[in-house]
Amino acid sequence: MTERFVSRGFVGKRRDPAAATANRIPPGQHEVKDFPVLSAGPTPRVNLDAWTFTIEGLVRAPVRWTWAELRQLPAQTFVVDIHCVTKWTKLDTRWTGVSVDTLFEHASLDPRAQFVTAWSDGGYTTNMPLPDILTGRAFVAYEYDGRPVAPEHGGPVRFVVPGLYLWKSAKWVRGLRLMEKDKSGFWETRGYNNHGDPWKEQRYTGD
Amino acid sequence: MPTPIQWQIATLTAIKTETPTVKSFSLALPQWRPHRAGQHYDVRLTAPDGYQAQRSYSIASAPERAGTIDLGIERIADGEVSTYMHEVLVPGDQVEVRGPIGGYFVWEARQGGPLLLIGGGSGVVPLMSMLRHRHAARSSAPTRLRYSARTYDDLIYREELATLGADSGLEVILTLTRAQPPGWTGYSRRIDRAMLDEVARPLGRAPQVFICGPTLLVEAAANGLAQAGVPASRIRTERFGPSGA
Repeated sequence: MTERFVSRGFVGKRRDPAAATANRIPPGQHEVKDFPVLSAGPTPRVNLDAWTFTIEGLVRAPVRWTWAELRQLPAQTFVVDIHCVTKWTKLDTRWTGVSVDTLFEHASLDPRAQFVTAWSDGGYTTNMPLPDILTGRAFVAYEYDGRPVAPEHGGPVRFVVPGLYLWKSAKWVRGLRLMEKDKSGFWETRGYNNHGDPWKEQRYTGD
Repeated sequence: MPTPIQWQIATLTAIKTETPTVKSFSLALPQWRPHRAGQHYDVRLTAPDGYQAQRSYSIASAPERAGTIDLGIERIADGEVSTYMHEVLVPGDQVEVRGPIGGYFVWEARQGGPLLLIGGGSGVVPLMSMLRHRHAARSSAPTRLRYSARTYDDLIYREELATLGADSGLEVILTLTRAQPPGWTGYSRRIDRAMLDEVARPLGRAPQVFICGPTLLVEAAANGLAQAGVPASRIRTERFGPSGA
């Protein structure tokens, strides 16, 4: 067992361990009050008249909603903490949208489906195990803090799965593809962890 | 299961003050391996009681320099890690790091060009790694760097950029957005469509583009170039927000 390294002269801005939020910051993360924007490329321009959201892959038949149809589905407001792999955490973010559970009430899932890929305008993909997005764990959001989700934050519709690092919460999401076998997505094939659990600090490949 | 990127204890060999708010930190790495220009390292600080803080910082040096890396770090007001790096560390100190990290915002000389680099503020750091790599690899890829800072004194790598600017096929285009010294002949404004067009046009219709800086700059440049017809797949972005502290 090696002795733990200590940074000479480092004290840090630690949180009060008695604070109500202290146990909501995963290891290696720090809280921010603003909402940083991180994307790999340009913000896609989305035409809502042609926009659809699709559930496909291992389902009896693909299900597709137009923008107007998605807005007719039962909406919920979610207040969640979000954790970006670049080390920031934002507490109590407020989103309105439709839970994945509600979406799946309209799709007949093949029991072989075990993984899901969220795919987006612009070609972005991200993968996760199916259980990670069920039972209230994920939703598609069209409002942030009472307003339409801004384009740079993933509007018109962003996938949100707060239990995983934020690159799993695909901006500009257009569909979910259900799969029997796991298939690594955009960042997952570029050095980032395949699962991305912030509480296990699964940031990079192999963590 | 792939092997994780391991933490290692680097030794700080030099600190160079680049501007009033930016310093370069040279770190000797016991387990050095060549990075790809554009990648970053994570820095982890540990207090005696075990409290830790982490941040990511871009590599400024070229991968050709074996054994050491330079990290370019802007001091953020109230920043937990950047203020420690700026105010406490001295050469000889040890710093825990792991990397290199990042597999998209990267350029290697064998990818060729033309190359359009757009940076704002400390967002120039990973672009500097690309230019240093281009120079070290003797690449002749047609390259333009458009770099904005608030004032002349805020220009990071100012002298080296002037030297590199003599490299064949490289053009450095500066813009000072807040104040300009007498006789300034560069741009004096934030990025706009006209500037984007002037900067990008000599490189043809589909240069490989890397944009790094504050969100407003990145959004304006990336979306402006996409609307001007540069394929979105050729435009790669990285943000330096106020939360990079």
